[in-house]
Amino acid sequence: MSWTFVGIWLGALLSLSLYSFLYKDNPFYKFAEHLFVGMSAGYWVIYNIKNVLIPNWWNNLVPAEGGFQPIWLIPGTLALFMLLRIVPKLSSLSRMSLSLIVGTGAGLSLTAMLQTNALAQVNGTIIALGQGGDLLSWISNIIIVTGVVCGLVYFFFSKAHTGVVGGAANIGITILMVAFGASFGYTVMARISLLIGQTQFLLFEWLPTMGIHL
Amino acid sequence: MRRMLFVLPLLIFAGVAYTQCAGCPEEELDGGCENPEPCGDCFILSLTAEDAPNDAGGNIEIAWTVATTDAIPDSMLLERLDSSGEWIPISTLSPIDGSKTDANLIDGSEYSYRIVPFYSGNAETASEAVSSIPQKQWMHTGRIGMLITLVIISIVIFYYIDQGKRGKDLYIRRIAGLTAVEDAVGRATEMGRPVLYIPGIMDMDDIQTIASMVILGRVAIKTAEYGSPLLVPTCRSVVMSVAQEIVKESYLQVGRPDAYNRESINYITDDQFGYAAGVDGIMVREKPAAIFMLGTFYAESLILAETGRSVGAIQIAGTAMPSQIPFFIAACDYTLIGEELFAASAYLSKEPKLLGSLRGQDMAKLFFMIVIVIGVLSATLGQVWEPVAKIADFLKTITTVE
Repeated sequence: MSWTFVGIWLGALLSLSLYSFLYKDNPFYKFAEHLFVGMSAGYWVIYNIKNVLIPNWWNNLVPAEGGFQPIWLIPGTLALFMLLRIVPKLSSLSRMSLSLIVGTGAGLSLTAMLQTNALAQVNGTIIALGQGGDLLSWISNIIIVTGVVCGLVYFFFSKAHTGVVGGAANIGITILMVAFGASFGYTVMARISLLIGQTQFLLFEWLPTMGIHL
Repeated sequence: MRRMLFVLPLLIFAGVAYTQCAGCPEEELDGGCENPEPCGDCFILSLTAEDAPNDAGGNIEIAWTVATTDAIPDSMLLERLDSSGEWIPISTLSPIDGSKTDANLIDGSEYSYRIVPFYSGNAETASEAVSSIPQKQWMHTGRIGMLITLVIISIVIFYYIDQGKRGKDLYIRRIAGLTAVEDAVGRATEMGRPVLYIPGIMDMDDIQTIASMVILGRVAIKTAEYGSPLLVPTCRSVVMSVAQEIVKESYLQVGRPDAYNRESINYITDDQFGYAAGVDGIMVREKPAAIFMLGTFYAESLILAETGRSVGAIQIAGTAMPSQIPFFIAACDYTLIGEELFAASAYLSKEPKLLGSLRGQDMAKLFFMIVIVIGVLSATLGQVWEPVAKIADFLKTITTVE
């Protein structure tokens, strides 16, 4: 009995256990769920130690070429504060680390969001309506510009959606819904291909191990 | 005939001279070619080395052009002069025009480069060496447009925050998904079932998770007031810690610290589908009456939303991930689309500071709408009257970010 054989059987049984959830919650699903959650949690602990803690902190604190970099004690201390959450009297120290994480995250996101969600969109929308030359290009360009402007009107919160603003907002949300519909169909296709892949595994890799060839 | 005999040696001489100079650049052909084929250094027409612009230092950009001749080398070697005076190879190049960035250099030190062409494995005369000094730049010139925009938006936002603090009535339109928050928590209370809050799968450095945490604070106030159990399974340990702090604060705020249960805000796993499996298990076992899915979601969104629907919970979802919004719209009762998620905290709290910030953001949107309309009109008219197109070019320039 090879390891491949064991792997195929484990994969098949766990797949079937997870699929059994489609019927209702049952012990097989519970087992697969707890195994999945436990193993992935353990995996991520080791992953973070080996790929984050050691290379990004320990190797900088104590470089391979020798010496000791005390500046790296600061992030180490902040990490220790996070662990101190388990000591009720000292748990408030973790707020310093948390505020640093949240503040840094918000600050870094500010420029990235402005760049990708605002300026890049504005830049891409400034087009000549006649760009492309033919009638279809005109129609396409008008839809793009109208969609962006009316979409922005929909996300205008300081004004009630009535009158002209309401009309523009309706156009905006309609265009958004059409885009969401297209995205939905596209993603469902991708999910179906995942299902086909897993079904193929069960039919053409697992069943043959029991002598059943389709 | 005698004249022809005189011309013949001249033709032969010219032919030989041309053959010998075939591998040389055009300008050398004009002045007479001194290098027989293979050409060596004359193959490299130009070599430049300049400090990489708009970077954090340590980079030099090297660019070269080569002659279009028959005598093309097999390969070329880019070399750098090291501190001991020796040329060390740093990259093998194809014998065509190109550029390369030499990284991890020391700022303020001078570095010299040259290119050595190889013919049949033999090194020929190297090009002239060029030098440059890497330096860091404090200002990224390609982002000045963004800086100006950011400053303008910030000023507008601060102005409206100030207005809000001064007590000015700042209107905010009705957002359906958020008016349902109280109803959802009330429903859970009546049914005696818990409220499940899922803050997405990203960490605290994600702006949507931050927005989700602010909304969690408001939802926690409601659950504390109504006395409903609140479950918050998280995908990241830091999110769990922040969620615990926020929920604790909310329970203290309404005078119910005794009802706060730290254990109900727990970490499941960092793994995307492991988390989805764990939350699905919680849904079918705890049977929450209200489920909030607010934050960053990826492929697990439909799995969670469908399971929530199957247990009969009222579901309020919100994300700014365009690819996941359709799934929430299809499977949830209310969906906050994109920026509605960020507006939610102001809407729920009605705090003047947050309302002022929201009004400021609206003004920023109005500014961008005006820029788009002016840009599109000028670009369209610019097709028939060129000077107008310069307005569109200017607007495109200031909105371009490198």
